[in-house]
Amino acid sequence: MTTIAPEETAREAVFDATVAADERIEPRDWMPDAYRSSLVRQIAQHAHSEIIGMQPEANWITRAPSLRRKAILMAKVQDEAGHGLYLYSAAETLGAGRDELLDKLHSGRQKYSSIFNYPTLTWADVGAIGWLVDGAAITNQVPLCRCSYGPYARAMIRVCKEESFHQRQGYELLLTLSRGTDAQHAMAQDAVNRWWWPSLMMFGPPDDESAHSAQSMAWKIKRHSNDELRQRFVDICVPQAEALGLTLPDPDLRWNEERGHWDFGPIDWAEFREVLKGNGPCNEERIGRRRRAHEEGAWVREAAAAHAARKARNAARTAGTGEATR
Amino acid sequence: MTTARPSGTSTPSAAAASPADTGAGAAPHPADWPLWEVFVRSRRGLSHTHAGSLHAPDAEMALRNARDLYTRRSEGVSLWVVPSAQITASSPDEKDEFFEPAGDKPYRHPTFYEIPEGVHHL
Amino acid sequence: MTQRTATPALPLGDDALILSHRLGEWAGNAPVLEEEVALANIALDLLGQARVLLSLAGDEDELAYLREERQFRNLQLVEQPNGDFAHTIARQLYFSTYQELLYAHLATGDGELAPLAAKAVKEVAYHRDHAEQWTLRLGDGTDESHTRMQRALDALWRFTGELFEPVEGLDTVPWPALYDRWTARITAILERATLSVPEGPQRGAWTAGGGRQGLHTEPFGRLLAEMQHLHRSHPGATW
Repeated sequence: MTTIAPEETAREAVFDATVAADERIEPRDWMPDAYRSSLVRQIAQHAHSEIIGMQPEANWITRAPSLRRKAILMAKVQDEAGHGLYLYSAAETLGAGRDELLDKLHSGRQKYSSIFNYPTLTWADVGAIGWLVDGAAITNQVPLCRCSYGPYARAMIRVCKEESFHQRQGYELLLTLSRGTDAQHAMAQDAVNRWWWPSLMMFGPPDDESAHSAQSMAWKIKRHSNDELRQRFVDICVPQAEALGLTLPDPDLRWNEERGHWDFGPIDWAEFREVLKGNGPCNEERIGRRRRAHEEGAWVREAAAAHAARKARNAARTAGTGEATR
Repeated sequence: MTTARPSGTSTPSAAAASPADTGAGAAPHPADWPLWEVFVRSRRGLSHTHAGSLHAPDAEMALRNARDLYTRRSEGVSLWVVPSAQITASSPDEKDEFFEPAGDKPYRHPTFYEIPEGVHHL
Repeated sequence: MTQRTATPALPLGDDALILSHRLGEWAGNAPVLEEEVALANIALDLLGQARVLLSLAGDEDELAYLREERQFRNLQLVEQPNGDFAHTIARQLYFSTYQELLYAHLATGDGELAPLAAKAVKEVAYHRDHAEQWTLRLGDGTDESHTRMQRALDALWRFTGELFEPVEGLDTVPWPALYDRWTARITAILERATLSVPEGPQRGAWTAGGGRQGLHTEPFGRLLAEMQHLHRSHPGATW
């Protein structure tokens, strides 16, 4: 244990007061080490989820069944790359470089959302991801727009604004299938059956088992508990499923008058833990593809860096600073 | 002030971060591109506003990447990119010296002055 | 289906459609995240152009999803597989330089393609700039990138002669002049990038025609199989 210097205590008091007053912590403010590392962990995981999350949907870009759908899907996958970039940018304000975070992703030292380890087997999965996965993500993300760390909150505002079309396009896609031919309807129902439970797992373990929740709530990085958000999501989805003409695969789903919420059946946390451990259907493929893209792109990044360095040397030589003679 | 990076400076926040989180001291890989801050003018008549950052090998590519990343929904009519390392920021620890002295000079604001009722265009 | 197969909107629409499809294959595979966004932007511009052009020729989805390989009129250049990033950039450089010159010409006329060309030429100017920026960096980057870029330019050179075959319905286009300007631009940018203009022939050894006549290269059949399979598996369905 190190002794805490008086100025440290004073800084901590300023930090606590700022958070308590619902003001934002900004990059150069003093902050507790644990706050910083907790944020880096969360923002990095979020950024990784965006870029790994491109893969299951990109899987269908070349097979999209109409040109309109193809344009929508391409724009959506592009947004996910953009959102990853906004989030890496937020993490950099904490001193965590993007290359370093990508290294941690590629070597498995940092995680991404387990949901992306499930495969997209049919076109309807693109719709189910938009409706359920993006829906769950938005439920999680909207409170993050008020997160105590300024750059993260600002990135989330931008992300949420852009993502509003993501969920809608998914819902519209499923609605078209549900009202289409029998084969299309069956495709939509099958996708919802497969994506429903993994979507509920996206909110993380139950509150009494969540390792980081309590501290994150105190720091106002998180605003609501996992179980609260999960319940909110179920309540939103039930009437939406009905309007789609599709059912949710849970026999225990029923309205609870007393609670004013929908009751739902037990979640298979064993599956969640297995996927988290790396034993999901696509863990290997997802990380493998990401690593491959990064490795195969190394010569491109090196070329651009070498070109920039040469240009800078030439400019210095022209300016006569002697820089070029080093 | 929000744009300044702790890395590469000797600010207390950088010093307080654990090396594991900041990568402090790690030599940049030859393929690592520097960080640029992006400022967007959303329409004529407004100032450029900080939008975020990105990586690019040089200024030309930074500008193009900024166009693709930060204005793909028609958010801008003009862009600036600035190497993050080139920004000098005030330190939060100096905020009292920097900003408090301005707080007790209300005579710089028009609301400080009382004007009789019925006087217009003032 | 009602189709106007004689309209020049069809070959130009097919160019944009197929190149957009190839660029879409990069999603999740780009060498750096910023480039994911850039390549998708170009792909989306091209897909937008394709949809307008194909709609001038008939129903966009019927044309995209229900024609056979021999009915497509796109250039062989745009159907070539992505290869490494250098191949994609070389393909972009050759095509966008051509497309910018062609569309700039069409934009000044009063044909049915003029409004589309006037809008698209701005998009395409950006695509050409993107390709040139990367050509410079790869050509004048590292030894490896220089070698890869030169190899890509050489490999795709034999598909560039076809760009200047007169297109039916585009009678006002001065094709030889277009070719000269294209050659001058390509030469200038390759010189700046310390690369050489390829020396081989600009077309294949057989002269039976090319993409504009519906004769394509082998990878094109697989591209269509992938693109069309879902749509064709559900005849008459809406999506």
